[in-house]
Amino acid sequence: MIKVENVYFTYPNGVEALRGVTVRIEDGEFVTIMGENGAGKTTLVKHFNGLLKPTRGRVEVDGIDTRDASVAELSRKVGLVFQNSDHQLFSETVEEEIAFGLRNFGFDAPTISKRVEWALNLLDLVEYRKSSPFMLSGGERKRLALASVLAWDPKIIVLDEPTIGQDYQQKVKLREFITQLNAQKRTVIVVTHDVEFVAECRPRVILMSHGEVVADGPAPRILTDYDTMTKVSLLPPQVTQIFLRLSDLNLPSNIIDIYEAKQLLSARICKAGSK
Amino acid sequence: MSVIKVSNLTYTYLGSEKPTLKEINLVIDKGEFVILTGPSGCGKTTFCRCFNGLIPHFYGGDLKGDVVVSGLAVRDHPTSELSQYVGFVFQNPENQLFALSVEKDVAFGLENLGLQRDEIRRRVEWALDMTEITHLRESAPYELSGGQQQRVAIASVLAMQPEVIVLDEPTSFLDPLSAKKIFEVVSRLNTELKITIILVEHRLDLAVMYANRVIVMDGGRIILSGHPREVFNSEKAYLTGVGIPKTIRLFQLLREDGIELAYVPITPDETAQLIREALKL
Repeated sequence: MIKVENVYFTYPNGVEALRGVTVRIEDGEFVTIMGENGAGKTTLVKHFNGLLKPTRGRVEVDGIDTRDASVAELSRKVGLVFQNSDHQLFSETVEEEIAFGLRNFGFDAPTISKRVEWALNLLDLVEYRKSSPFMLSGGERKRLALASVLAWDPKIIVLDEPTIGQDYQQKVKLREFITQLNAQKRTVIVVTHDVEFVAECRPRVILMSHGEVVADGPAPRILTDYDTMTKVSLLPPQVTQIFLRLSDLNLPSNIIDIYEAKQLLSARICKAGSK
Repeated sequence: MSVIKVSNLTYTYLGSEKPTLKEINLVIDKGEFVILTGPSGCGKTTFCRCFNGLIPHFYGGDLKGDVVVSGLAVRDHPTSELSQYVGFVFQNPENQLFALSVEKDVAFGLENLGLQRDEIRRRVEWALDMTEITHLRESAPYELSGGQQQRVAIASVLAMQPEVIVLDEPTSFLDPLSAKKIFEVVSRLNTELKITIILVEHRLDLAVMYANRVIVMDGGRIILSGHPREVFNSEKAYLTGVGIPKTIRLFQLLREDGIELAYVPITPDETAQLIREALKL
């Protein structure tokens, strides 16, 4: 469990990135953190593995105050996959990259080689095992960054903007993958402004703006709140936008799913036609 | 009048065994707004590199066929010359901006062209105005938000008065409202200045309404080209795994139930309107 209590964080240059954030994330939850560019989303998740420590307030991971633990200890529990995978990759080969974290955590050689195999397969990177990470495409590099974190099997996985630069098929795969991780009782936290992706995943949504949490709840409630969404520089999903324009027709206003939309509209149009 | 003409283009990167682009034929007319999309690795970015001669001049490799931009065969003209006709805006504006003020960044390309001081000043004013960042002229680019930075990158390119602007996933890092703002600015350059736009994009929901043509690439080839309403409603687009805008998906799903909306909608406004019409039956 992650407990964030009234956290303030100010960067050395004086920018106050978090201003009194209180959030609790239970084990096994699937949460997305959304908000405008510069809202403090990345700053917040960097507190989860101790990369940043609060200027004021406290962050607890599994009951441990992050100020009392090293990044290495916390990383074992909380795996963070960065937005720009180039900041994360540095090894000569793809398999070296995946093995690096495992070695640092002190796994023995047979376990390391087993886990590396597992991660290569899981993320479809087997054919690149001897390639340099920098020869991979942007999408492949993102998968590698994810593979090298999943290899040590953290129970909490944080993905910062995983859909950037990914095509639709890759997003579908990513969604299936997240669902699978979540089904295996892992906590998944995704930072994103990809509204359509979130609408398809239906997680709990935490909205941030100017360093504060401004809304927190299930996706169908948060994503369909037009005023709050636009205030944080987001737009509701297209399906929701259609329903908002039909609000005088007595249709439900909390629709984010396209199949649900189709059923409702289809039934309504058929009824109108039979009259 | 065509501004880009590509004939039988096949291109293989240096050291690569298979071609990345295969037998591409394409004509883009002046003033078009084209969205170029397709699965990762389909060759979109490689294709764009041919428009300002980075291919073959910088990347080398083997280029067969012809690419003519603004009447210049890219094979015979250096990138520095082609850059006056084709401007590029990339995914991450931080890689493109370097000066200490917005104004200086926008002026940089012009100074290198050796233009007169007055002309430089005039064009900088104009580019800042068109991209709506006049108020940011004294700011340092690194202090700006991602959306503002991207508008500075567009202004720098615009100041060169190119005939074509290529934008390679310019809004990936931006939140939806900032992205929308970028598309609106780009659309204005297209409609008011008749600049030809080539937008490489996965994020189609927000961009599609501005385009008059969508080109889908797959495996180094162009597999679809036409109006967004036709292309995204085609079975081929669906099977290629391109992200179909949700308005069009809804149109298709309703059709499966025997409900025919009057045409293929590409905005929520159009969709809502069509549903109202269907209800009046």
